[in-house]
Amino acid sequence: MSDSWISVCDESVLVPDTGICAKVGEDHVAIFKVAGSGDLFAISNICPFGNASVLSRGLIGEVDGQLYVASPLLKQRFRLNDGVCLDDESITIATYPVRVSDGQVEIAA
Amino acid sequence: MSKQKIVVVGNGMVGHKFIDTLVNDPQGEQFDIVTFSEEPRLAYDRVQLSAYFSGSTADDLAMTTPQYYDERGVRFLLNDKVTGIDKAAKTITTEKGEVESYDKLVLATGSYPFVPPIPGNDQPHCLVYRTIEDLEAMTASAKQSRVGVVVGGGLLGLEAANALKNLGLEVHVVEFAPRLMAVQLDEAGGSLLRTKIEELGVQVHTGKATQNIADGEDCRYRMEFADGTHLETDMILFSAGIRPQDELARQFDLTIGERGGIVINNECQTSDPDIYAIGECALWNNRIFGLVAPGYSMAKVAVSHITGGDDSFEGADMSTKLKLLGVEVGSIGDAHGNTPGSISYVYSNGAEQVYKRLIVSADNKKLLGAVMVGDTSDYGTLLPIMLTGMDLPANPETLILPVTDGEAGGGMGVEALPDAAQICSCLDVTKGDLIESIQAGNHTVADLKACTGAGTGCGGCAAMVGQVLNCELEKMGVEVNNNICGHFDYSRQELFDIIRSKKYTNFQDLLKDHGHGHGCEICKPAVASMLATQWNEYVLKDEHLPLQDTNDVFLGNMQKDGTYSVVPRMAGGEVTPEGLIVIGEIARDYNLYTKLTGGQRVDMFGAQLHELPAIWKRLVDAGFETGHAYGKSLRTVKSCVGSTWCRYGMLDSVSMAILLEMRYKGMRTPHKVKMAVSGCTRECAEAQSKDVGVIATDKGWNLYLCGNGGMRPRHADLFATDLDDETLIKYIDRFYMFYNHTADRLQRTSVWMENLEGGLDYLKDVIINDKLGICDSLEQDMLRVIDTYECEWKKTIESPERLKRFAHFINSEDGDNNLAYVEERGQRRPATEAEKRGQAIPAIELVD
Repeated sequence: MSDSWISVCDESVLVPDTGICAKVGEDHVAIFKVAGSGDLFAISNICPFGNASVLSRGLIGEVDGQLYVASPLLKQRFRLNDGVCLDDESITIATYPVRVSDGQVEIAA
Repeated sequence: MSKQKIVVVGNGMVGHKFIDTLVNDPQGEQFDIVTFSEEPRLAYDRVQLSAYFSGSTADDLAMTTPQYYDERGVRFLLNDKVTGIDKAAKTITTEKGEVESYDKLVLATGSYPFVPPIPGNDQPHCLVYRTIEDLEAMTASAKQSRVGVVVGGGLLGLEAANALKNLGLEVHVVEFAPRLMAVQLDEAGGSLLRTKIEELGVQVHTGKATQNIADGEDCRYRMEFADGTHLETDMILFSAGIRPQDELARQFDLTIGERGGIVINNECQTSDPDIYAIGECALWNNRIFGLVAPGYSMAKVAVSHITGGDDSFEGADMSTKLKLLGVEVGSIGDAHGNTPGSISYVYSNGAEQVYKRLIVSADNKKLLGAVMVGDTSDYGTLLPIMLTGMDLPANPETLILPVTDGEAGGGMGVEALPDAAQICSCLDVTKGDLIESIQAGNHTVADLKACTGAGTGCGGCAAMVGQVLNCELEKMGVEVNNNICGHFDYSRQELFDIIRSKKYTNFQDLLKDHGHGHGCEICKPAVASMLATQWNEYVLKDEHLPLQDTNDVFLGNMQKDGTYSVVPRMAGGEVTPEGLIVIGEIARDYNLYTKLTGGQRVDMFGAQLHELPAIWKRLVDAGFETGHAYGKSLRTVKSCVGSTWCRYGMLDSVSMAILLEMRYKGMRTPHKVKMAVSGCTRECAEAQSKDVGVIATDKGWNLYLCGNGGMRPRHADLFATDLDDETLIKYIDRFYMFYNHTADRLQRTSVWMENLEGGLDYLKDVIINDKLGICDSLEQDMLRVIDTYECEWKKTIESPERLKRFAHFINSEDGDNNLAYVEERGQRRPATEAEKRGQAIPAIELVD
């Protein structure tokens, strides 16, 4: 993973416990801000089950302390910190390093 | 081998049961069946006869159809009476001169109403209550009468009194015995029943022997009683019991009982072994059975014997539970305590007007009988105890004492019942049948009902079915909880109560005080829905936004490729040409796939996030509102064109549909709900397949509730008839709010109602009779929702901040480059995966 950070938006745009989608190179990246902790996570925006660019529009949930996003298509859950699908662990989607720098949300690509 | 010929005399409920059982028997094809009826129609449900007065038609009551018989090769001759039997030649002859040979003859001639031999009983407005024709005569007579008398205070007599009351007459019941329902009730029970019925405006005269029916002074007739008193009335309905219709058998020398009835053995054969008698015409062990269930048993026994089986009739339990004029009455076994040495336990509550009595054996161990008036909730527990001969608990009185400490009454729950105990007597479902079905995976009351049929007859056993379910699930180690998810240890109903009583307005506070963890995709939208139902705030408010499913976040229905569909509201399915042109122009400009929905409006597919605001700006500017097609909320109110255009229309269904749709639009509900209004009984709007269906009659609106299409279609139930506009809306307000407050998450109204203890009757009690005293607050809650309505799309396009979210990328104005379409029938549709990969593209081109 290179260290080139790409700025995608102002942090104030993120509403806690919701996601947005950013274009990073050719990738569609879903970025989530968790309510309470304020932690940021970035994973691929493509739901591998429906092959559609939609995960940023899913609901954030928690089971046994693990945070996930449920696909808005057919509700498969993807863990935010490592992209593993909780309903089919053979499937993992890409994750991206994400940080806030000078009030800007940045993704490493 | 030639087929055996079976002739069935009489096509009532029991005659039909015989035929239906025989044609469905594996050996059914070996028989030719012919049936005769002196009535003008095939078998109908006499038990539900009084439903004829609340809107049911002869077709609704029918138990079979000419087609059904035709398809199964059953010949039938209506309006023709069998008048002769030649036992030696094995033939019968009819009034019209038909001659028919038989191998086996089945007499299912039923009974006729007993009319006491009183001078003057043959006058025009002296009627009986048994056939549909009798009901038609009653209706006609009632139109020319003010006062009606029912002679006979038994079960049928009281039902007839109810019918007369519903026809708007001043009603009297005259009974020869000293009390009402003398066969089923003891003295105290009969006297409480009398009090309650008199409170309902029916006047009861017991111990009256009518001696003469003379001309009246104020009314048409005057009934003169043996004690010198008299009663004036315009019509008289005799319902003083039944007599077996044994005339034919008597005439042709079959053995007849001393007081009538064709004598049969355990195989239901008469004194001629090739002739059977079943139902109310048959006398078994010197007893006539005037209920339908024993008649059905006899029909099955006769079929078994004819097909070489070995079933035999062994008598029948005559216990009954019913509602007479709205009063619950139950009678089990030896209700009078006639068994020598029997002991009684009595519970009487004057304030609540409840009377219960248990009759137990001399050793205090076995239940012999019971009487219940005003509250029959123990019937389901007591009947199996008597029928199976189980030992009673140490203190039998606990079985009928009210529950005060939260424990189930009597410590004699369903758990103690043997598997053979019958739970549903209408459809003969035992506890064992239920357990088998539960173990096969049916874990809700609604599933159990659908699978076993239990509780779908009179519905009286529904509570028992629920108890068996919970008890069995507990045994199987299935955790019986209806918690909404792992983050709240409450059901949806409990959470709703918490939100209302503590006035929570956001998810975070509710989670902090009453839940744990972070929440999930189950509880978040459920709480969002409840908050919206209760407070009706803008769903895209910052604190609500993270709770909403994507459809609600972007106010559209997400499709398989992540684009959305757009559905503007067209209340009642009405749209102007100008409106249609705007929709057409938008669809053309954005290349949206266009299709009509089942709810009478237009759906436009394929809009990307960044296109939605501009599309909706044009729609709102043209006067359209959001259609809430994306929400768990009211979708549409479908309508037919109604009396404004239609030749058959009784009322203006379109105006009513629009009024209802504008009233309830935007209301968030546990599941989506749909409505329809039809302008006449032809029902072109298919209202009976909706959660709320309204059908116009010549007297007002009939209201149907809890139907649905979808995976498990269900016809809506008739809830109330002939309503004026105001009452109709009042009932619907109450219905929706009660559903909103008490249903489970994503539970449709049909399943909700089936899971309510007491079902439809309970719902009527709550909504019509205000049993819970909550109708005022339900109406107020509904008014708040109506008063705070705003079009979510109008509000959204007015807020630049909100519109920022309507972009595929936060950092680019590009659309979603992952999308691909092909053209089909002049419009575009999403490309399949194969088409996207460039494989096997059919004769259609990828479009931009």
